[in-house]
Amino acid sequence: MTDVKNIRPAKKTKTAKTGSPAEIWDLRLYVAGQTEKSILAFSNLKRIAEEHLAGRYRIEVVDVTKNPQLARNDQIIALPTLVRKLPPPMRKIIGDLSKTERVLIGLDIKPGQK
Amino acid sequence: MAARKTVRRSGTFSEHKPEETLLKAHTGIKGFDEITFGGLPQGRPALIVGGAGSGKTVFGMEFLVRGALQFGETGVFMSFEETESDLVKNFDSIGFNLNDLMARKLLFIDFVYIERKEIEETGEFDLDGLFVRLESAINEIGAKRVVLDTLEALFSGFTNEAVLRAELRRLFRWLKEKGVTVVITSERGIHTLTRCGLEEYVADCVILLDTRMEEQIATRRLRIIKYRGSKHGSNEYPFLIDENGISIMPITSLRLDYRVSRDRIPTGIERLDNMLSGGYYRGSSILVSGTPGTGKSTLAASFARATCRRGVRCLYYSFEESPDQIIRNMNSVGIDLESCIKGGLLRFHTDRPSLHGLEMHLLTMYKEIEEFQPESVVVDPISNLITVGTPLETRSTLTRLIDFLKSSQTTSLFTSLTAAGENLESTEVGISSLMDTWILLRDIEIGGERNRGLYVLKSRGMAHSNQIREFIVTDKGIQLLDVYTGPGGVLTGSARLAQEAKEKARALSRQQEIELNRREIERRRQGLESQIAALRARFEAEKERLETISAQERTSEEQLAEERNTMARKRKAD
Repeated sequence: MTDVKNIRPAKKTKTAKTGSPAEIWDLRLYVAGQTEKSILAFSNLKRIAEEHLAGRYRIEVVDVTKNPQLARNDQIIALPTLVRKLPPPMRKIIGDLSKTERVLIGLDIKPGQK
Repeated sequence: MAARKTVRRSGTFSEHKPEETLLKAHTGIKGFDEITFGGLPQGRPALIVGGAGSGKTVFGMEFLVRGALQFGETGVFMSFEETESDLVKNFDSIGFNLNDLMARKLLFIDFVYIERKEIEETGEFDLDGLFVRLESAINEIGAKRVVLDTLEALFSGFTNEAVLRAELRRLFRWLKEKGVTVVITSERGIHTLTRCGLEEYVADCVILLDTRMEEQIATRRLRIIKYRGSKHGSNEYPFLIDENGISIMPITSLRLDYRVSRDRIPTGIERLDNMLSGGYYRGSSILVSGTPGTGKSTLAASFARATCRRGVRCLYYSFEESPDQIIRNMNSVGIDLESCIKGGLLRFHTDRPSLHGLEMHLLTMYKEIEEFQPESVVVDPISNLITVGTPLETRSTLTRLIDFLKSSQTTSLFTSLTAAGENLESTEVGISSLMDTWILLRDIEIGGERNRGLYVLKSRGMAHSNQIREFIVTDKGIQLLDVYTGPGGVLTGSARLAQEAKEKARALSRQQEIELNRREIERRRQGLESQIAALRARFEAEKERLETISAQERTSEEQLAEERNTMARKRKAD
């Protein structure tokens, strides 16, 4: 629903500057089964990544109901949670990723407002 | 009130209405199950509220550990504050080996780390991660108990409070469905009970832990604010956290229905036994009050010695002197306590009164009495303890202590110091009314010296002497002597000795006088008798003389008659 607002082609060039092209973004999305929220979060993530990190990201979806120990290891409480494993430092954002602006800040794709 | 509640309780437990039965999960925490009549509500959440350092985590962990070890219910500890290794280390100091419990799958610890800085909220979320972790932990060990310590940490981790509250509501509903007994700890709030209003979700059982400072002495207290569907003690209960975990002193739950004994036990002083027509009653409370230096401790030590002589245990609380000092001092008056200690029958407990609050003292006493199982307890002096608390507190705690001692048939002897110049018969906070036997020691000041007097002011349920006795501490222990009561009033000490000497002299002189009189009489009698004898002799002599004369007279008469006859014959008279 917020998709239209968030499409800003101008940002693309900017993001290209932040990370070196060789850098691979390792993203892990924690969800609990195929819920509405998890599906929404995945599609939001996919869209943002395509837009800003085309060709240099990897998304892994972890269903914590199948592997609770992983949730413990990464200290997952809220779902969905997106963890940026790489590049370091590790970052964690929660929610269905609908607020693209906040996702970009959280993943440090776009530097915070100046 | 208690009776009415009992009736209701028995109704609750009746077979006819099983749906009303509230099952309890025993905590195993010393004293807690007694004040809650069984423990926490089974299958429901209970909220433990308290400030920092009030013992919430200990309560939660002890609930799980005792549940696992004593009641066969495994537990999950979800910690939001301390890491697993911190918990293991901290609880090692109170004797809980968490590593062992975890290895045996009796306990599961999950540390939940929340750092707000790392969390960016980007839309709708829920706390399914928490649910999943909790559920898998519960399933892994088949847990029946869950502790969430401290759930409020969630509020610092998430900004969207509306979501959070909805999720908490869901969490508690879910936990109830799971049928696990849950302890949720929570920080105390300023305007509300808990900082984040958790009491809104946990309505069944709310327990408040509190650490209060009174005159620089801290006392931990526990109070059950609410316990839906169950009766519970409503007072504040002091509690201790020591190497055995939490112990609560549930003494307010005692009633006046303990059994009493008719056995007598020796006081350690033979004449005092006689004064009380046989000794103290077993399980009674005895107060020995007096001004400084009247021999209260000596009397107490005599009692302790007498108890140990019978081969039973005595616990001696000293709030003034160290054990060594007491042993030395009592040795000098012929009361050997050292051998009692060596024989394991006498135990000293010495503390400065200001070390803890009054309730803490009583709690430690309670614990030690439970552990040592003495037949008699000496508290020397109780008046020092009293200075620690407020009068009201003192009275209530002492009542509870004495009730506790009586219900366990422990004979207790308390000494109490009466300040010089005060009314001797007024003890602090009126504790005398709690005592069965009250022995008063007092100074009797006569003729420039002070002597000790002892009398039995009251002794419930036994005939007792109304006499004041002089009480002398010799190198063979205490001796009671009759005081001199005579026309000169009550005399003691050397005045008594002088009076006694005077009496003796007077008696002697009286004796001599009597003897003298007796001899005088004897002499007179002898004089009289000799006079009588002399008279009799004279009479005899006279009588002899007169008889001789009459005999001669008679002879001469006869001769005259003979002569007359002869003459007649000569004259031929016819």
